[in-house]
Parts: sequence; structure tokens; C-alpha cells
Amino acid sequence: MKSPHVLTVSRLADLLKEVVEDNFFQVLVEGEISNFSSPGSGHLYFCLKDERAQIRAVMFRTRNRLLPFRPENGMHVLCGGRLSLYSQRGEIQLVVETLEPLGLGSLQLAFEQLKEKLAAEGLFREDLKQSLPPHPVTIGVVTSPTGAAIHDILHVLRRRGAGLRLLLRPVRVQGEGAADEIAEAIADLNRQGEADVLIVGRGGGSLEDLWAFNEEAVARAIRASALPVISAVGHETDVTIADFAADLRAPTPSAAAEMVARSRLELEGHLDHLILRLDGQIRGRIGLWRERLSGQERRLRNPLERLEGLGQRRNYLEQRLFQAFDRNRSHAQGQLATLSGRLDNLSPLRILSRGYAVVRRERDGLAVRNSSELKVGEGLDIRFSEGSVRAEVAEVKS
Amino acid sequence: MTENTEKNFESAMHSLEEAVDRLESGDLTLEESLDWFERGVKSAALCRSHLKEVETRVELLLKEKDGSLTLKNFELE
Repeated sequence: MKSPHVLTVSRLADLLKEVVEDNFFQVLVEGEISNFSSPGSGHLYFCLKDERAQIRAVMFRTRNRLLPFRPENGMHVLCGGRLSLYSQRGEIQLVVETLEPLGLGSLQLAFEQLKEKLAAEGLFREDLKQSLPPHPVTIGVVTSPTGAAIHDILHVLRRRGAGLRLLLRPVRVQGEGAADEIAEAIADLNRQGEADVLIVGRGGGSLEDLWAFNEEAVARAIRASALPVISAVGHETDVTIADFAADLRAPTPSAAAEMVARSRLELEGHLDHLILRLDGQIRGRIGLWRERLSGQERRLRNPLERLEGLGQRRNYLEQRLFQAFDRNRSHAQGQLATLSGRLDNLSPLRILSRGYAVVRRERDGLAVRNSSELKVGEGLDIRFSEGSVRAEVAEVKS
Repeated sequence: MTENTEKNFESAMHSLEEAVDRLESGDLTLEESLDWFERGVKSAALCRSHLKEVETRVELLLKEKDGSLTLKNFELE
């Protein structure tokens, strides 16, 4: 039998919708924006919340188009609008028509207040910050054993072949008590003492998710750590109090891993450099010794070279001797030529060529020097430069 | 890297650095040069083998009820 009181879900939703929309058609609500999203549709979706409650809100495109600022998580706002039931989900939502900022959201306000307080105490002073140890081998990690951070860190270190040892001190990284666990873990790793450096952090999340890293206990534990601390919280854009307190801030857990891996790679680089210097030195030295050796060798060769020098001198003298000899010979030849020239001038033939003749007696061939040596009718042989004649004496004159 | 091999690594590194220093600054005989070179080469090889030795591994540092800390191997996934 069907009871008249049984409603379908749709009917109930319709009734509820009437009640809600008729009674809350004009409300003003003050609260903090969280879970803000703005999908491609252009509508804005978020939650309005305070310490105890939250309510879904939507601001449609036609309305939010006129907003001069961009709503963000953590922003404290005053919303004007009406309540509506989103029947498909059975959820009541605030349909926002006007949105005004009311200063900072409470968490952000808390962040700013703590930051100011700790800065005034000198907790973030640059001169307190330690640098990474040159050769970190054991890395203490304070994070959740099931979170993204430890995965990311390990992934980077393995990809880099960094060969390090991680000491994971598992903690909760969000929720009630997380900050105290983190602070305690930092102290524990310091007490245990094997780590060279600590990475403290977690993967990305909302401001609420990251909140533990904005708490005073964590900041103080980081500052109190004798081991250098790298903070590695959330994404690039997330800045936490832990980042200010830490010795080094890594934008993400992966980046923190890169830092320690890099120092490892630098160590390898240092080793390579030392090996090169070692090699260069021994080469240089061997080169030096080799030079000295060949210097000695040169000195050993000297006597031989002296002999060689003597040989050269001998050749030189020999050459001079020959040259002198040659010179003398040509001088003699010159003299010979002169003498033979003079001899030539004395030759009777030479005299004949000047038009003189030689007269010889036919009977004995003697050259006639005096006419008295001749008789009339006697035969004469007269020799000229070219040829000769026979003649007879016709008359003898005194 | 255990603490022991880590110490070995550090001392090998120091020994290498010393060898380089001596070779660079010392007025050594040929014999001494070769000795230092040999020491350097051995240390360098030791350093290299240490650096190649291990894959990154994770140990859990757990806290007992009495507050003492213990180590336990940890496998991710």
C-alpha cells in the first residue's frame, strides 16, 4: 500500500528548492574563499568558509565579468546573492551576485603575522643560513612515506645516478598535529646524526594542506637544526614560513633532490679535475726529467763532437792549402804567359813581320852581318816573314 | 654508502688531494713523483668506485615508544 507521505527524491528536492529560494533570495555572507576554480565556462566556483562551516558558491560569468580583481583562495570576502538548491547534486549553493574583498583571509593573515614575528626575532637572518655540505652522502628526509614528495625525490636521485642514502623519518604532513610531528622529526634526525643534510617538505596542495609548514613549531625546529635544512614544500608558487626559516629553499621536492644530486655531481666534477691535475703534473714532471736526461745525453756526446770539430778544421785547412796552391799556380801561369810574350817579341819571325829580312850565305847558311863577308856572284838565301828567295851578290859595297 | 665506506671515500679523496698538492708544489725526485702519482691514481680509482658503488636507497628512521630511533629498510611501491 502506498503511503501518501512517501515522496520521490525529485519532489523532495523541488519542495526544498522552494523553501530555500523563497526564504534566502537576498543574503549577505562574509567568509573566506577556498577550493576556488574557474573552468573554461567562465563561471567561478568556490567555497565560502569560516572556522566551523562552509557553503558552496557559484558566481556566473555574466556577474563575475564585472569584477575588478581576481578572487583567490584565502581571500576574505563579503558576498551578496541568493541561495539555490542544485537539484542534481542535492546541494545548496550561494549564487553570488556581488563580491567584495575584506582584507586578507585569516590563514594568510596568520601567515603574515607569524612571518613578521619570526623575522623580528631574527629567525630568518641570512647569516644564520648554512650552505649545503660539499659531499652529502646521507640525506635525511622529513615527509610522508606515502606522499608524492618521497617519490619525486627518489625518482630524481635515481635518474641522476646520485647513489645517496636517504633516511626517511615518516610524518604526517597535514592535519591536526602534523606540525609537531615534523618539528620532532627534524630534532630526531639531528639526534640520530647520520644525515649530512635534511629535506623537509611535501607535495603540492591547497593552502590548508600546506599549513603545517606555516606553523611556528616547524619554523623553530628548522632553525634549531644543526644539520642544514632544505625546505621543499608544494609547488614553485607556494611560499611557506618553513622556506624562510630553512637554510635553502627548494621550489619543489624534486628541486631539493636536484640540489643534493648536483652537489654530488659537483663532487664527481671535483674528482675528475683532481685526476686531470694529477695526470698533468706527472706528464709535466716526466717531461722535465726527460729534458734533463737529454741535456745529460748532449753532454755525453761532446767528445765525439770535438773530434768532429777537429775533422772539420782539418778539412778547412786542407781547403785553404789547395786554394793557396791553386792561387800560386795561376800566378805562375800568368808569369809564364808574360815571359812567353816577351820571348815572342824577341822571336826573329816577329822582327821579320815588321818588314825586316834575314840574309844567309848559301855556302854555309850563316846569317850575314857584314857585307865584307860576301863576294860578287856568291848565292844568298833571303828569308822574309812570308817565304824566301835565292839571290846573287851583284856588287859588294863597304 | 655505509658510514665506513663513506669514511674510506673521504680519506681517499684527501689522499688524492694530497697527491695532487705534492706533485704541484713539492720539489720531488723522479722516484717520489712516481710514488705520489701512484698513490693519487689508486685513491682516484677508489673514489670513482665509491661514487659508482650504490643506487640511492631509502631507510626508514623509526621512533620506538621509549624514544629510541631504529633504522629499517624501506621499499617504495
